[in-house]
Amino acid sequence: MIKIEHMSKSYGPYPAVIDVSFEVLKGEIVGFLGPNGAGKTTTMRVVTGFTPPTEGEVTVGGYDVVSHSLEVRRHIGYLPETVPLYLDMTVNDYLTYMGEIRGMNASWVQERLPKVIDMVKLGEYRNTLVGRLSKGYRQRTGIAQAILHEPDVLVMDEPTIGIDPIQVVETRELISNLGEEHTMLLSSHILPEVSAICKRVLVINDGRIVADDKPDDLSEKLQHAERIEISVRGAEAPEFINSMREISSVIDARSDLRASVVQRSEREDFSPFIVDAKPNVQASEQIAKSIIENGWGLTNLTPLPMTLEEIFLELTTEENLDE
Amino acid sequence: MRFISVIAIKEIRTYFASPMAYVVSAAFLAITGFFFVASVSDAFAEASIRGYLAGAIFFMIFMSPALTMRLLAEEQKLGTLELLLTSPLREFEIVFGKFIAAFAMTLIMIILSLYFVLVLFVYGDPDIGPLLSGLLGLSMYACATLAVGLFASSLSSNQIVGLVVGSGILTALTIIDFVSARLSGIASEVLNAFQLGASFSVFDLDSFGVAEGGHFADFARGIISVTDIAYYISITAVFLLLTVLVLEARRWR
Repeated sequence: MIKIEHMSKSYGPYPAVIDVSFEVLKGEIVGFLGPNGAGKTTTMRVVTGFTPPTEGEVTVGGYDVVSHSLEVRRHIGYLPETVPLYLDMTVNDYLTYMGEIRGMNASWVQERLPKVIDMVKLGEYRNTLVGRLSKGYRQRTGIAQAILHEPDVLVMDEPTIGIDPIQVVETRELISNLGEEHTMLLSSHILPEVSAICKRVLVINDGRIVADDKPDDLSEKLQHAERIEISVRGAEAPEFINSMREISSVIDARSDLRASVVQRSEREDFSPFIVDAKPNVQASEQIAKSIIENGWGLTNLTPLPMTLEEIFLELTTEENLDE
Repeated sequence: MRFISVIAIKEIRTYFASPMAYVVSAAFLAITGFFFVASVSDAFAEASIRGYLAGAIFFMIFMSPALTMRLLAEEQKLGTLELLLTSPLREFEIVFGKFIAAFAMTLIMIILSLYFVLVLFVYGDPDIGPLLSGLLGLSMYACATLAVGLFASSLSSNQIVGLVVGSGILTALTIIDFVSARLSGIASEVLNAFQLGASFSVFDLDSFGVAEGGHFADFARGIISVTDIAYYISITAVFLLLTVLVLEARRWR
């Protein structure tokens, strides 16, 4: 459905995307993962026909994004990173206008609009001014405008950025459901999000694709260490760390500096720790056993997924070793 | 065509949803009314809309960019331009739709101010020729100034920049006769050919701010000349085209 061949895009002398090639098949949901400034947004802008590539060929549904831009745009629903909304229009008016701009006729809009509003659960806000909506509801309005004209391809740039955690969960669910009917390219810088929604992940860094894999395989391949978050009651930090280091499968242990000051002061008897262990050797079991033998109270033991930043660190250091 | 009307209708609705339309209309009626009264309150005044026309074309130097400043600057600020440019719309449809909306607003104001004409018919016996040619000229003048304003609005995401640049270009085209008067020969004639029509000598009771050598003078007198029509149409076309080019260039950045 989306086919990118040796695409490069520069802004003046600055290359944003360098020789990127990939294909998204019909019905596939592909996650586009990368840190800020990696070239995600640029790639999406090329795919949606907003900006032409400097080099290479990009087609959507068989249409070239440069020579048949209008055709491409007719088949794409796009949610840019900053949700583009007219703040002084009501949800209903805004969506009607977006539908008309996408070339829908009045009867099609009338038939489709209530369904889309139901789908994104905006029913009670349909006559509210967009400027009065919370961030999460604005996001839904943005998603609604992207799917309104029943596009074959959905392109969403950071659809869950900047909204509160409860709404993030709801938005992810909504996007997962949309994936059942659409070919989708979705960008994110949060790995768990991509793993939850996508069946395939493209990792992009510094304008180049550095990995193309299933999300599970990707984290497995990169996970040389298993990271575990532990809270114990009644343990002094040095004592605990030493006892952890004695366990054969543990690589390192340290106090969890991420824990907030409030958490520390309110519950002095709970000390959070981070333990790095060798993968696939049931380290958690040995750690739990050791804690209990020492007479401490184990209150939390959670394996942590690796964050994207860490995966990047892994990817880039490995590349450096190869060179 | 359908897209042009969709955009135009949306913009007209936005005008009425904000205080802008009402504030600008009120100012337009007040200022043109002032000039109209000044021109007919004389004991031997002629029953014409010359004063009204002069006030209108002078005020449009600032009013037209004020009406258009939001149109493209805000799309860029809100990021909605990205939506427009990824919809199956052509740039000229966006530009033309917005231009038509601004022109419709101006026409509404002109129509509201037509009660001046009624006043003339009640208390005097105006010449219909100059009246009609004046209104035709005013509409064409409005087109030209709105096109300049729309172009200025496309340049950045800041509305104030749009207002200042738009009024700046229009002011330059208005005071161009100050420059041409101090030159001689072809240079003077060429520069004078660009005189937009208004003059800053608005309080001069003879000219009332219609530049003598400008393209509006004949319209105000009741003469419809091809040169003047061609001038206003060219300014409108050139600046609308420039606006389309600015939007297209945005893709390549």
